Amino acid sequence: MTQSAARERIRAFLSRSFPDHDLRDDEDIFALGFVNSLFAMQLVLFVEKEFAVTVDSQDLDLDNFRSVDALVSMVESKTAGRKS
Amino acid sequence: MDLTSEQKTARSGFRAFVAEHVSPVADRADREQILPEGMIGRLSEAGLMGAVLSAEVGGRAFDAVTHGLLHEELGRGCSSLRSILTVHEMVALAISRWGSAEQREAYLARMSRGEVLGAFALSEPEAGSDARSIRATAVESDDGYRLTGRKQWITAGRIADLFLVFARVGEKPSAFLVEGDAPGLSIEPISNMLGLRAAMLARIDLDDCAADLLGAPGAGLSHVAGTALDLGRYTVACGCVGIGQACLDACLSYVTEREQFGRRLREHQLIQEMVAEMIVQVDAARLMCRRAASRRDAADPRSIMDTSVSKYFASRMALRVASDAVQIHGARGCSAAYPVARHFRDAKIMEIIEGSSQIQQLLIAHQGIAAHRRSAP
Repeated sequence: MTQSAARERIRAFLSRSFPDHDLRDDEDIFALGFVNSLFAMQLVLFVEKEFAVTVDSQDLDLDNFRSVDALVSMVESKTAGRKS
Repeated sequence: MDLTSEQKTARSGFRAFVAEHVSPVADRADREQILPEGMIGRLSEAGLMGAVLSAEVGGRAFDAVTHGLLHEELGRGCSSLRSILTVHEMVALAISRWGSAEQREAYLARMSRGEVLGAFALSEPEAGSDARSIRATAVESDDGYRLTGRKQWITAGRIADLFLVFARVGEKPSAFLVEGDAPGLSIEPISNMLGLRAAMLARIDLDDCAADLLGAPGAGLSHVAGTALDLGRYTVACGCVGIGQACLDACLSYVTEREQFGRRLREHQLIQEMVAEMIVQVDAARLMCRRAASRRDAADPRSIMDTSVSKYFASRMALRVASDAVQIHGARGCSAAYPVARHFRDAKIMEIIEGSSQIQQLLIAHQGIAAHRRSAP
């Protein structure tokens, strides 16, 4: 999957969760107050299911989930080397 | 949403276990406010302490439907025991999901054998539903962290070997493992609660206890507690279906035996109205749990909200059904001679633990309003 395809999927998921806000790719979703523990878990499941990766304790830095850009970077690093 | 033959076989096994080992002692456990000696051992011998853990560590790795059936059957027999199993599983899953290789190695096999019993320590005297306001603190030391604070309403706190404790590192809510025999940890039993009276509830005080960070600083509530509470909500929901079914079964027997005004109770239409409502409510809650289970097995993000919805509905259902069961039983239902009184008291607790009904309502409404806004032109 290309980076732009991953970015589109992540944008689509987040925009479904924040329909009233035009989220920028570098915007901090935690600072916007959008995140509760249910959404945090939904986001983990989304990333794992959508990109066939496992989010584990090594990834458990909130900065990895903070924005579209951060999520794209995490997905990229976890899928690096995988044949598309 | 029919069960597979394997799931039906598993349910038969759970039902037989509960009928032999749990139901006969549940009222006495409630009365004496203590879990009967050897109960955890019997769960372990039956291979039921590692339901959520992988076979690699000796667990059963049940699918979500089968896991739900386990909690439904235990809920029919004894909500106190089911509650203890819930918190044990919450800790086991949190370690399995977010623990380091060393932490998984240290605990999971022993937890699946029931040699280590887990307890979940989030609530504090001043932090219940508002979990973000926890005051317990942890500071980094040469060999890990030192944790100080007070935790309250801790299910299995009197007998646990391992606590999953939440505390702040600076401003960051974080999760820690604290062993039950850690110097500085003291346990005070809590008695005379309304329900779950045999759940071995305790308050724990931690004074500069050695603590092992689980996950990362700052992810304690959002991810570690989030994972554990999601599982807890699912098992509570299924346990509530068990409470509802137990009350329904008790009523179906009672209305067949009892006569008033020269007729069996089952022939009175106002009794039939209550029985019909019980049947429909239990069925609806069970179906909600099955849908959540299906999506949990598929690792579908929607499973998180399905679980919250199930917990909300099933806990309200359990209280309503148990209340009607007491009503049908009349004065006998208010006595200790009939288990519906215990189920009624236990059902009320279900509306409070693992996220109160009001917290679930806020989450469900927030999600529903967002969905409406998405679909609005």
